[in-house]
Amino acid sequence: MFKKLALLMPVLLIAAGPVEAKEIKIGYVTTLTTPASLLGKQMKLAVEIALDHMNHKMGPLDVKVLFEDDAVNPKQGKQKTEKLLKKDKVDLMAGYIWSHVLGASAPMVLKAGKFFITSNAGHSLYAGKKCHKNFFSAAWENSQTPMAMGELLNRKGVKSLYVMTANYAAGKQMLAGVEATFKGKIIGKDLTPWPSHSDWSAELSKAKAAKPDGIFIFYPGAATAKYLTQYRQAGLDKTIPLYHVFSIDGSNLPLLQKAGLTNVLGTQQTQFWSPDLDNAQNKRFVAEFRKRSGGVYPAFYAAQAYDTMFLIKSGVEGVNGNLKDMDGMRAAMEKADFPSVRGKFRYGKNHFPIQNFYAREVVTDKDGNWTVANRGIVLKDHETPFAKDCKL
Amino acid sequence: MNYALVAEQFFNGFQLGIILFLMAAGLTLIFGIMDLVNLAHGTLYMFGAFFAATVADLTGSFTWAILLAIPMAMVAGIILEVLVLRTLYVRNHLDQVLATFGLIIFFNELFLVVFGAGGLAIRLPPELQGTTGLGGGVTVPIYRLFIIAMGLVVAIGLYFLVVKTRIGMLIRAGASNREMVGALGIDIKLLYTAVFGLGAALAGFAGMIVAPITQAQSGMGEDVLILAFVVIVIGGIGSIRGAFLASIIVGVIDTMGRSFIDVALLAVMPANAADTAGPAISSMLIYLLMAAILAFKPQGLFPPRGI
Repeated sequence: MFKKLALLMPVLLIAAGPVEAKEIKIGYVTTLTTPASLLGKQMKLAVEIALDHMNHKMGPLDVKVLFEDDAVNPKQGKQKTEKLLKKDKVDLMAGYIWSHVLGASAPMVLKAGKFFITSNAGHSLYAGKKCHKNFFSAAWENSQTPMAMGELLNRKGVKSLYVMTANYAAGKQMLAGVEATFKGKIIGKDLTPWPSHSDWSAELSKAKAAKPDGIFIFYPGAATAKYLTQYRQAGLDKTIPLYHVFSIDGSNLPLLQKAGLTNVLGTQQTQFWSPDLDNAQNKRFVAEFRKRSGGVYPAFYAAQAYDTMFLIKSGVEGVNGNLKDMDGMRAAMEKADFPSVRGKFRYGKNHFPIQNFYAREVVTDKDGNWTVANRGIVLKDHETPFAKDCKL
Repeated sequence: MNYALVAEQFFNGFQLGIILFLMAAGLTLIFGIMDLVNLAHGTLYMFGAFFAATVADLTGSFTWAILLAIPMAMVAGIILEVLVLRTLYVRNHLDQVLATFGLIIFFNELFLVVFGAGGLAIRLPPELQGTTGLGGGVTVPIYRLFIIAMGLVVAIGLYFLVVKTRIGMLIRAGASNREMVGALGIDIKLLYTAVFGLGAALAGFAGMIVAPITQAQSGMGEDVLILAFVVIVIGGIGSIRGAFLASIIVGVIDTMGRSFIDVALLAVMPANAADTAGPAISSMLIYLLMAAILAFKPQGLFPPRGI
């Protein structure tokens, strides 16, 4: 009965005729087709959970989120952004997994005078030279996580490293990040076509011949399973330890476990968040996410998407629902005064978080599911080095 | 120079070439004999991978997966030919491209919905896991050696089929002069269906033996399809011999490029310029080769005789 009433609500509202803007419309672009939808669907679920946790209210406003799919394609991402802006007349834009999609889409949103909130893509330029008063990140800048990795490698005594990354904006920024902090020598690197590359035979042979102390990779989503399969088939799992960022997490660990890729257990990565971080917001989020996903752990994509909604909520509440007061909303969001799954953090002047980065290890949980576990802080209150180029 | 590495990369390139050959052989026959531009050939490759992964999941046996998935891919190909492609033979190439591109999108999304975004993995039997030494410090994955062996068996089988059998004779005749074969009273419709089924089985076989390396995933056919088109242009459209040699050439050049271009560039330019140029040039290499061959030998390196 109650559900039926809820279904009728929009009809009743329409019947009541146009009323004053009592609603905030958020455009959310992520990847809902192609194998990378593994990531986008996690984000969509997290946004839906966030909305439920805030009873679909931001201050006095009802919240409506319109999802669109970018298919990992900058051109399509841009088209969908334009559609949300012009046809659906959204109040602000959020989402975006891929840095190259962000690069194609953000200028249009900022030019239209709307807020742009990235739930993942951490394009370095937007943290520095191209920083903008209406651009916020609920995630990190690309080079920060690999900078933490460089530091972790130093602590582990790794002297020589072989790097393999996807050849697009973020992949290059990952490489730059690890180069910035790693004190040993990078004895080889391969930038492979993305996302079409599926056979690393040539690259793995090169890495094997180079005999590094470790191999560092950045291959997000479903690509990782292929990579790990070939890593093991080439016999490298027994000789060279693997380190990774943004490649292995809740979104693909169930697949890796099903494929029996036990060589991933015990490998390490760095990240700004972990599903086992001890704070109330995180516990509530992780528990609800696992309940609704059949036990699958949220990946960082989901954590950031969840935070994105609460960040927007803090902005809307700061101006009591008056969306025209952009300055007021900006000031409210700059305070980062909302419960974040990562715990307390603050914003730099470039609107990128200043936050901790942790080492995480791939482990088996008490029920036998593969997940990642926090292994302590690597970088404390870390700000992206690109912040110095930001003139805000 | 590290000779073991060079040998190993040659091996990797040869193995890539074998997969390309299995794709290109069917593609070149279908294009050469039926004059059909079939972009959905990559879809048949994906069929093979998913059929094998599903059977492997159900039976737990890799051998059964291969044995059952080949006829399944063939039947799927024949159904596709009868239901959809048959109506396209009389249409022009643009219509064929549009229709088969539609098939790609349809099946990619269908497989995404049915099997999920993560796709399916095939677990290899323990005998095919791990690496083996080939002497001289060269070690290679056993499974890739297995792929080469299987591919060569199929190549030899295909050679006998095309050169020594009646259907092979018809296929060769079709590649040289389609109208004449029809005029001599051969049931061209049946021949087309048979050729398409054969191409589907070859593409499906390629997909299933590659699946334990790259997994079965929606959209997996398109990347290899582009390379297969390069192969048939280089080899000469309609020529199986050309497809084989061009596959090996493309596989080896592509792999060697990925392995050694960055080192070579370091000798002539500063490190950061080489870092950017290396991946760009190595991914362009085979297209440059194709452009050169189109310029000097537009018929391809080994065009079918009689054209």
